[in-house]
Amino acid sequence: MGTYILRRLLIAVPSLLGISVVLFTVLALAPGDPFEELATNPNVPPEVRMALRASLGLDDPVWQRYIHWLTSMLKGEWGFSFVSRLDVDTLILQRLPVTIAVIGLSQLLALLIALPVGILAAVKPYSWFDRIASTLSFIGFSLPTFFTGLLFILFFSIYLDWFPFVFQGEVAATGFDWWVVQFKQAIMPIMVLGLFQAASWMRYVRSSVLDVVRLDYVTTARSKGLKERMVILKHVVRNALIPVVTLVALQVPGIFGGAIVTEQIFRIPGIGSLLIDSILRNDTPVIMAVTFVFACLVVLFNLIADLLYGWLDPRISYR
Amino acid sequence: MAGSTPASPTAEAAHGRKPVSTSPWAEAWRRFKRHRLALASLWLLALLSLVVLLGPLVYKVGINDIDFTARMKGPSATHPLGTDDLGRDLLARMLYGGRISLAVGFAAMLTGILIGIIVGAIAGISRGWIDTVLMWVTDLFLSLPTLPVLLLLIFFFRDALKSVFGPEVGIFLLIVLVIGGLSWMPVARLVRAQFFSLREKEFVEAARALGASVPRQVVRHILPNALGPVIVAATINIAAAIIAESTLSFLGLGFPPDIPTWGRILNDSRDYLDIATHWAVFPGLAIFIAVLTINFIGDGLRDALDPRRVL
Repeated sequence: MGTYILRRLLIAVPSLLGISVVLFTVLALAPGDPFEELATNPNVPPEVRMALRASLGLDDPVWQRYIHWLTSMLKGEWGFSFVSRLDVDTLILQRLPVTIAVIGLSQLLALLIALPVGILAAVKPYSWFDRIASTLSFIGFSLPTFFTGLLFILFFSIYLDWFPFVFQGEVAATGFDWWVVQFKQAIMPIMVLGLFQAASWMRYVRSSVLDVVRLDYVTTARSKGLKERMVILKHVVRNALIPVVTLVALQVPGIFGGAIVTEQIFRIPGIGSLLIDSILRNDTPVIMAVTFVFACLVVLFNLIADLLYGWLDPRISYR
Repeated sequence: MAGSTPASPTAEAAHGRKPVSTSPWAEAWRRFKRHRLALASLWLLALLSLVVLLGPLVYKVGINDIDFTARMKGPSATHPLGTDDLGRDLLARMLYGGRISLAVGFAAMLTGILIGIIVGAIAGISRGWIDTVLMWVTDLFLSLPTLPVLLLLIFFFRDALKSVFGPEVGIFLLIVLVIGGLSWMPVARLVRAQFFSLREKEFVEAARALGASVPRQVVRHILPNALGPVIVAATINIAAAIIAESTLSFLGLGFPPDIPTWGRILNDSRDYLDIATHWAVFPGLAIFIAVLTINFIGDGLRDALDPRRVL
């Protein structure tokens, strides 16, 4: 298993490099000159401007600039936020835990809903349960997260007045109360994200279980007298999950997109809302860094999916 | 679809004026009709598109007519869907926004499908190192965080395109190209996989033996037979593009504030949720209905065009 993880990590390196090339290309192609302001300033002679450009390496060939940019990114020199006057990395480290917590918990919720519902629907295909679950899942993934978020606020915060709709970064309470406040303010974003994911995963689980249930080895398991419960849980589900993991891994970028939207709706101080804020305020270093962090997170989650894949299908991991 | 035998012309003639059509498309339509939800969705979406296209011709209320005496009023006879915080008529704004939202969805889908087909076809027909490189690029794009990159691209290129094409057309082009340019990857994989199996089929071999050039093999023989799953993917892509555009507008980074797309209206309504519920609910419902019907149509098409399925 150790060498397997190591190999996967090594495979992740080129894709991270590729992503960094894409991001840098966007940055390099972008119109606009950081010295635009100096060019219109009559007190700054053109020679000084040119010298400044040269000293900052703006006239170097593209590949040199890329290598320079990449090495400073690797060294953790992510620059300085124009707006908040903080180092970009401290800013991101402040915001990251909330985002990870919300995404992680919502994915857990999605899994807890999608697995049982999908399996039950597939065990009795075209039953009433299956029809209702399938229709609901269609509705679920056709509802964009920003609309569900607003509906949740409308119903749970304004109409029922159960949960606050503004997320507090610093919670004053301690001990048990702290957990209560955190739970109350986090439940809606987690539900919005989790239900959306659950709706699309449920369909994958259902169709994948349906494919596996018909196979001969399942009939064999039944005919040797195993209980139906055992057959489904031990023999069907494990194999059915293999394609599901692939599909889920492909959806990871989408999950982060949903997280950005949810953070914006509920005003959660995570890196998604940091990204939106810095775009609205033209804070380029933060924008670049947050996008790169999102890219790293996507690669990380793909890695986790790969590891799960190896655990579900032993033929892969020990080859 | 690949295996269906076309009826011979003589057999059709024997039936007189009403031939029993068994062309692949008629067969697909027959299967599609069995999916009742998909059929209903098709009509609903057609209705929605017609209303959005023809509505502004009939309902002549300006999208920017400000009326401070009727601020944030609910639905009434004068304003069927109510008004917003400046007293602008929501129905007029939603009809206008619907045109943009649907147009963006359709155009972004076409862009994405076109890139996907080209990349997938080149990879599928050439194999070797070209295939390896193209698939590496595809996988790379698949692991890009889509929404952040979308936001990044729009942030950097917004002003440049605005100054060249004007605010409306410039942003439209940018959004379509960017959404399309980040949604072609699944199509490319799909087309490549189809090409791998189709290029070894007898009918392609026959074409090759008859001396058909590679482009002709691709365009005349392989591509038409690979189209079924691509059409399904295209349908789903329209829904995804509509959601993507609404998300951008909702985040305040899509179209400029004076162009009311559905997502933009929803974004404007956020701060008045408690006093003007209708303002958020109507555009949200419009997006939901458009996306839901398109998804159902996609499901129906999958039943209709998937050659593995026997109905």
